Amino acid sequence: MPERSSSVLDLFQQGDLDAFESLFRAHQRAVYGWILRIVRDPSAAEDLTVETFWRIHRAHAVFESGRQFEPWARRIATRAALDWLRARRPETELTDQVLAELPAARAADPGVVAEIRSKTAQAFGRLPPRLRIAAVLAVVEEQPYKDVAEALGISVTAVKLRVFRALRLLRKDLERQGITP
Amino acid sequence: MNAHDEESLKQLLKQALPPVGTDAEPARDLWPAVLHRLDAEPAQPLQGALRRNWFDWALLAGLIVFAAAFPATIPVFLYYL
Repeated sequence: MPERSSSVLDLFQQGDLDAFESLFRAHQRAVYGWILRIVRDPSAAEDLTVETFWRIHRAHAVFESGRQFEPWARRIATRAALDWLRARRPETELTDQVLAELPAARAADPGVVAEIRSKTAQAFGRLPPRLRIAAVLAVVEEQPYKDVAEALGISVTAVKLRVFRALRLLRKDLERQGITP
Repeated sequence: MNAHDEESLKQLLKQALPPVGTDAEPARDLWPAVLHRLDAEPAQPLQGALRRNWFDWALLAGLIVFAAAFPATIPVFLYYL
């Protein structure tokens, strides 16, 4: 998405509400989509988008107008989503109903047994949130490792390590349930 | 876990959690909700570096003291970062 003019960013940095609305209109879809990829719950993603833009407005004074807005917003959105994941109980996450509501749910391979799919999703929901975020963005959503690293505020190597550890824990969990990937 | 196992696990994960894709958008205009949030809880602008409360500093100090006392635990901490 093209970056907004620097004057809008300058005005936002000074606390101008119209400039903030302009940035909101330009970036809300991208921010919502990023959050949805992490939390995988459309309703929660809407609430977290509101939370993210509230945090963005709160931090307007520390925004460096020479920077790009979207990566900065993505990082704040990732932090909000991580807070949300940490506050949720694992057993309530990633239910079949939530999975069915996702836009691309019908694209799943019909050959995969529903029970394995469900158990895999539940096992994934039991992973530590910081590992889950790295894995869902890098593996499921196939986002560039660089973007994931930037959003999480860690190095690309650290992202790869988190993905590896997420997959290893997921494998162990599935094996305990008698599922061999 | 070898490369083949890793790849099959990734495929299983993709099938269990279908990608959201790039065309997702909110079902409603969220700007009124943002304005409502700002009215209900005015955003106090942060000045300079992000503020940290005393607990963060106490935790950091405790970790430094612990690492100095037990340097062999440093790789363990780094692994779990």
